[in-house]
Amino acid sequence: MGSEAIIVFLIAGIVLVAGANFLSNLISHKSDNVQKREPYESGMTTIGPTWVQFKVGYYLFAILFLVFDVEVAFLVPWAVVFKDFGAVGFIEILLFLFILGLGLLYAWKKGALKWE
Amino acid sequence: MNIALNITQTFQDWLVGFMPEGAASITAMVIVAVIYLMIFAVAGLYLVLLERRVAAWFQLRLGPNRVGFQGLLQTMADALKLVSKELTGTDRADKFLYNLAPYFVIITSLMALGIFPFTQGFQAFDINIGIFFLIAISSIGVIGILLAGWSSNNKFALIGAMRSGVQTISYELSIGLSLLTMVLLTGSLQLSEIVETQKHGWLIVQGHVPAIIAFMIYMIAGTAETNRAPFDMVEAESELGAGFHTEYSGMKFAYFFLAEFINMFIIACIATTVFFGAWLSPFGITESLPWLGVFWFLLKALILVFLMMWFRWTFPRLRIDQLLSLEWKYLLPINLINIMLMAFLVWQKLTIQF
Repeated sequence: MGSEAIIVFLIAGIVLVAGANFLSNLISHKSDNVQKREPYESGMTTIGPTWVQFKVGYYLFAILFLVFDVEVAFLVPWAVVFKDFGAVGFIEILLFLFILGLGLLYAWKKGALKWE
Repeated sequence: MNIALNITQTFQDWLVGFMPEGAASITAMVIVAVIYLMIFAVAGLYLVLLERRVAAWFQLRLGPNRVGFQGLLQTMADALKLVSKELTGTDRADKFLYNLAPYFVIITSLMALGIFPFTQGFQAFDINIGIFFLIAISSIGVIGILLAGWSSNNKFALIGAMRSGVQTISYELSIGLSLLTMVLLTGSLQLSEIVETQKHGWLIVQGHVPAIIAFMIYMIAGTAETNRAPFDMVEAESELGAGFHTEYSGMKFAYFFLAEFINMFIIACIATTVFFGAWLSPFGITESLPWLGVFWFLLKALILVFLMMWFRWTFPRLRIDQLLSLEWKYLLPINLINIMLMAFLVWQKLTIQF
């Protein structure tokens, strides 16, 4: 036993949500009409489709995130064993972070961090 | 290697005494699940009440004080009301994803709760990749929010979800890096071992200057990660209705609301475990009474929760470009330099240890 407990939490979460939904369906008062099932838009009828092309800025940040998150994943094993490495570990990660910093600087200069 | 026996193991050992092995392990799992669901519900309900009382206090109001003693049953009554409300949804929504979204937010916050060492041995599971697991699980939570916003087929919800996506993934970097800064000191990702290291001084003392910088970055990023004011671009009541959960009603809304408060508690719990010695008492004054650990843990966590509520009523809401430039142009570079500073301290053995 130990890490199998993760599965228990997964099942517990599903049971919690499904159970509360079931209970709510059981005891709630229900009424229905056409307007009620329209999406909310300031009390007006919805105009135009919602699922359209979206601002590209979000996508740029998602790509940047991907780069830096992979880097965090690389830093995890280094951080754990750093104490045993000393100077070698320090200088190597200095180089690694320097190259990465250049990447950030490049994105900055290219205007990827600007929101307009 | 396994320093503290975790709570599931304790229950299983106790149950093996009077039932077969297989049945014992299943019963132990059920007991643990029930305990954590109770912690989840109680923490959620009372954090909502605490938030409302603290908000009232900051604004010189009284806050909820009628239902039960000093309003202690107020949120219980609110929960009952929410259960009895109809679960409506729109016709235009993507039904499957719309119903799936609450599962993501609830399961991830419940899972993260299981890993904290509330006191010696009170931990549902003690995996050796603890911190990594927490970073991973907190990035799954955002999927729920994105699904909710996208599947609602509502413009407010979609904008809210997109903002949430870009904000959460950006600030996740800072959370990850500031926690890694502290991992340099412990040399382990396992939470029980991190606590063990702190018997020679809490990590924020051991790491002094870079640790304090890491803590400040962590608290800013944590507030942003939970989408709370001043970073509540996601809900921004004055512009987006209710943000990504505009189309959710009754219990389905309650899941998002509950998860938001639990996530705040989780952020405070991570900070307590990693920076402030989890259940260890200050200067070891109650070392002989391990059960008092729960008290110390909750005290530290609630002080940090209070700090986050304080932020909410102190700072005005940021614009999205300010929010992104704060992360990418300030916190991230500071964090990268800070991690080198900490590495230097650890290498040169300049840390403070008692």
